[in-house]
Amino acid sequence: MSWTLASPIIIPFATAVLAFLFRRGPEGRWLSVIGAAALLIASGLLMAEVWAEGVVAAQMGGWAAPFGITLVADLLSAVMVVITGITGLAVAVYALADVDARKEELGFHALFQVLLAGVCGAFLTGDIFNLYVWFEVMLIASFGLLILGGRREQLDGGVKYVTLNLVSTILFLSAVGLLYGMTGTLNMADLHGAVQEVDNPGLLVTVAVMFMVAFGVKAAVFPLFFWLPASYHTPAFSVSAIFAGLLTKVGVYALVRVFTLIFTTDVAYTHTILLWVAGLTMITGVLGAAAMNDFRRILSFHIVSQIGYMILGLALFTPLAIVGAVFYIVHHIIVKANLFLVAGVAKRIAGSTDLAAIGGLYRTAPLLGLLFLIPAFSLAGFPPLSGFWAKYVLVKASLDAQSYWIAAVALVVGLLTIYSMTKIWGAAFWTPHPEGRAPRLTDLPARDRAALLVPIASLAALTCVIGFYPEPFVVFAERSAAQLLDPAAYVGAVLGEASGAAAEAGPGLAEPEGGQ
Amino acid sequence: MELLVAVMVGVMVAASVHLMLARNVLRFIFGLILISNAANLTIFAAGRLTPERPPLIPEGADAPAAQVANALPQALVLTAIVIGFGLFAFALTLVYRTYQTLGTLNSDEMRLAEPRGEDGS
Repeated sequence: MSWTLASPIIIPFATAVLAFLFRRGPEGRWLSVIGAAALLIASGLLMAEVWAEGVVAAQMGGWAAPFGITLVADLLSAVMVVITGITGLAVAVYALADVDARKEELGFHALFQVLLAGVCGAFLTGDIFNLYVWFEVMLIASFGLLILGGRREQLDGGVKYVTLNLVSTILFLSAVGLLYGMTGTLNMADLHGAVQEVDNPGLLVTVAVMFMVAFGVKAAVFPLFFWLPASYHTPAFSVSAIFAGLLTKVGVYALVRVFTLIFTTDVAYTHTILLWVAGLTMITGVLGAAAMNDFRRILSFHIVSQIGYMILGLALFTPLAIVGAVFYIVHHIIVKANLFLVAGVAKRIAGSTDLAAIGGLYRTAPLLGLLFLIPAFSLAGFPPLSGFWAKYVLVKASLDAQSYWIAAVALVVGLLTIYSMTKIWGAAFWTPHPEGRAPRLTDLPARDRAALLVPIASLAALTCVIGFYPEPFVVFAERSAAQLLDPAAYVGAVLGEASGAAAEAGPGLAEPEGGQ
Repeated sequence: MELLVAVMVGVMVAASVHLMLARNVLRFIFGLILISNAANLTIFAAGRLTPERPPLIPEGADAPAAQVANALPQALVLTAIVIGFGLFAFALTLVYRTYQTLGTLNSDEMRLAEPRGEDGS
């Protein structure tokens, strides 16, 4: 048992229990902040270990690899856990001012921490059935958070969110069952080798597509994204932000993991589907956003559109494209969570998220304007912010792969993203407030102001850091992509060096024998 | 034996898809419960069915003496049933609460979060 690997899961669970016990007092919310900070520290330690020593794996309960449940962290898992820590801490601080006492009493902080535990668990597990279990942990916590408070819109959005996610869950479960029936193993590293020996490649591709659809619903890709714009604008802003940042990205992570580690037997077929999905996801997301007139609903559709870029990186399946996908996921989580947090402040001081009902923020709250512009321009891909480098790498990768049409789609969608962002900018910041109010940040109590603006400013600063010094992040993404495209280290770490080497040597030895 | 279970799974999936295509959200949930049981049976059948051979190891031995039923899919199904029970209990409560609050179970009429007209539809 490795504490560095297990602590990102144990810490949020322990915090959840404590926060639930103290849900009636102010202790609960501070416990949540402390727990999130501890998670960030734990994830940093994990990252340091993975960076120094390569893939880290541990067997829970002491059962040897393909039989017991494995926790494993490669660079992608580690960076996802770090990002979970960062967003978790930012939202926990923001929730100090955003979540009212009634929601706290209903257990907001406990559910929030369980959600973080589920997300970290999904990133760290090395077993595909265990991944299903973590998805469920995450899902049930997100159900609770989404309808907490029980407003009519929340119930309405909640029904769609719950039902469509349950369908995807059942599909995932059946796919796991069929995959087990074909290979006899559930360990993802073991599956990497086992799928090579399946004698019915057609059935394997069918199961691969089942996984694609199941994770596609979670990741909100075209044409499976309808639950997302139906629900993400209804809960509290803290909840919207953590959902927008993390939940769909767990789906993307699962797609990346499964389609780089397991289903690489028929790349020409599966990854071509993914390429089409990526293009259509980008386009529908951005067009949906263009039709919206609400701060949060525009942002929700943009999540869909941005997911397309990440899938694009996976679909092209070249080293540079995977670098782009990893870089894009990291950049996107920070930026997207931040935009939802900004929307929360705009609602607090201007009274609404409906763009027709607010305005004048630039004149009276210029700081908020600046804090909106940084993530918004980054999302649209303005140099030198983080989104520019992410898009640049992906477009370059598509041109290198001679997929000119997808490069064109990516660029046009970038332009349309600017259109949506300028629409928010024009309506919420430039035009005068329709009721003649002058929304000011100083209207907020000083403590609330600090709790709301410090996380936003920190995430914006992080966006700028990635934008101005992309070099270390690109180097990181390159190492991570190399690990993803050559899973030998991952397999070796999970199954033990000896059997990993044997598995590698196996096909190598078989070839000369066949030749003789 | 596998064939029989496969046919049963097929019938259950067909019935649940029929239920899930209904506009009534309660029927949808019933369809979902049915299809989750079909998924459990799929896992069960995918693990190969070996009736009348319980996975018991005789005293003193390290491994079962003869070929026995695969216990792992049964463990998976058990986990899935427990998780599914929790999720469906939540889903049913949600649907009931929604019915109380919105006064309808018709998904076409649930347009509060996405009002008609505003989004150009």
